[in-house]
Amino acid sequence: MSGAAIHASSWAAALVRISPYTFSAIGIAISIGVSVLGAAWGIYITGSSLIGAAIEAPRITSKNLISVIFCEAVAIYGVIVAIILQTKLESVPSSKMYDAESLRAGYAIFASGIIVGFANLVCGLCVGIIGSSCALSDAQNSTLFVKILVIEIFGSALGLFGVIVGIIMSAQATWPTK
Amino acid sequence: MYGFEALTFNIHGGYLEAIVRGHRAGLLTTADYNNLCQCENLDDIKMHLSATKYGSYLQNEPSPLHTTTIVEKCTLKLVDDYKHMLCQATEPMSTFLEYIRYGHMIDNVVLIVTGTLHERDVQELLEKCHPLGMFDSIATLAVAQNMRELYRLVLVDTPLAPYFSECLTSEDLDDMNIEIMRNTLYKAYLEDFYKFCQKLGGATSEIMSDLLAFEADRRAVNITINSIGTELTREDRKKLYSNFGLLYPYGHEELAICEDIDQVRGVMEKYPPYQAIFSKMSYGESQMLDKAFYEEEVRRLCLAFEQQFHYAVFFAYMRLREQEIRNLMWISECVAQNQKSRIHDSVVYMF
Repeated sequence: MSGAAIHASSWAAALVRISPYTFSAIGIAISIGVSVLGAAWGIYITGSSLIGAAIEAPRITSKNLISVIFCEAVAIYGVIVAIILQTKLESVPSSKMYDAESLRAGYAIFASGIIVGFANLVCGLCVGIIGSSCALSDAQNSTLFVKILVIEIFGSALGLFGVIVGIIMSAQATWPTK
Repeated sequence: MYGFEALTFNIHGGYLEAIVRGHRAGLLTTADYNNLCQCENLDDIKMHLSATKYGSYLQNEPSPLHTTTIVEKCTLKLVDDYKHMLCQATEPMSTFLEYIRYGHMIDNVVLIVTGTLHERDVQELLEKCHPLGMFDSIATLAVAQNMRELYRLVLVDTPLAPYFSECLTSEDLDDMNIEIMRNTLYKAYLEDFYKFCQKLGGATSEIMSDLLAFEADRRAVNITINSIGTELTREDRKKLYSNFGLLYPYGHEELAICEDIDQVRGVMEKYPPYQAIFSKMSYGESQMLDKAFYEEEVRRLCLAFEQQFHYAVFFAYMRLREQEIRNLMWISECVAQNQKSRIHDSVVYMF
């Protein structure tokens, strides 16, 4: 083993003795779980305003489903990244499980999961709140819809940034060869 | 936490906020008012209103229409909207919506007590009460002889009970005492509402504080002007002013000693938001003051809709509808009495 000498009972020693598969599994769970949390949160924020506004202005329903679709896209990103991450999991023999390279792979998957999960959480929230305002403004004045949609598109780009960085991180997840 | 209400407001309030914004879109615009002002008689007014949201309420009325019928049916729409929102609301929105009614309850109580004093029939008075301010034991008010009985027999079971602590005397009810009672109750109600909104926090408390402060200041000015030349002493007058608002406390000190309108104007011009109102009127003219206050109130109420995720839109919508009903009443009366030149004296345009 390389690196600084680690005393057998320090916190650092405890941390590196956690299996890299634990970190990987948690990363994958966060990637899908927190993304779906963000998508659901955004959908209910938009949906409740959309339903109420559509009572007086029924014409807004079809157009404003775009906001809901943008929120849904956030959940799909989470699913895609979770599937990609789980294909990166490989078995290594127990002798190599705590090698630096294994730990690195485990941490890479963990980080990727956190990146994607939390980026999608805030993206879903952002798109949801803007979608709610979009529905209410569209009900009053239909020329506002397209302009507010542009803001939503910028907002949904945030989730995409998270997915890109997450996938780049996960490409680093190379386990030691047998 | 102020600024993050957008994250959780829609759980309980999203649907109702969207509904109230839909109702706001149905308020009459300047173009509608111009059409109404061109009408020759009340049937024309009914025809123009049938194209608005009031249509379904007025369409079954038989032809010799009366202005009171028009006002009654339009108020019915307001009440229906309110009840629909109230039954869908959860705490704390339902408490907030209930607070909006208490002002009408106070007006109804005073109406019935005054009417009984002048020996009118109770049924006739009940028909004139505002529907939003009705409560179960309201007819029993006619029996009370003084304020203590009023409280003990009827009001202790209503939401107005806590506002009575400052009013309980054993004096008999007469015109002057009833007006003082009305103003004392309203003062307690406004202060209670203000404290409730402060507790809610966030955008609701910020916007409602502004709206309620304006209401408190407007009432202070009206109390001052109406009590000039009456037997109301300065200390009594000061007791009727609310304990919040832009004029509290120094403006109240100065208003309490005013003896005529020009002194009132002198006091109010020290406050920039009210200076604009008072500068529009030339010296000695107080008839335009009511309209100027209504216009300022409508301007602030319309601004409440600029922000999302708070409860003040409900309050603003109710007040705007009431102003609209006042406008319709004035227009109908002018048309019915053939005084169309005076229509623009008192109509407050909203959008």
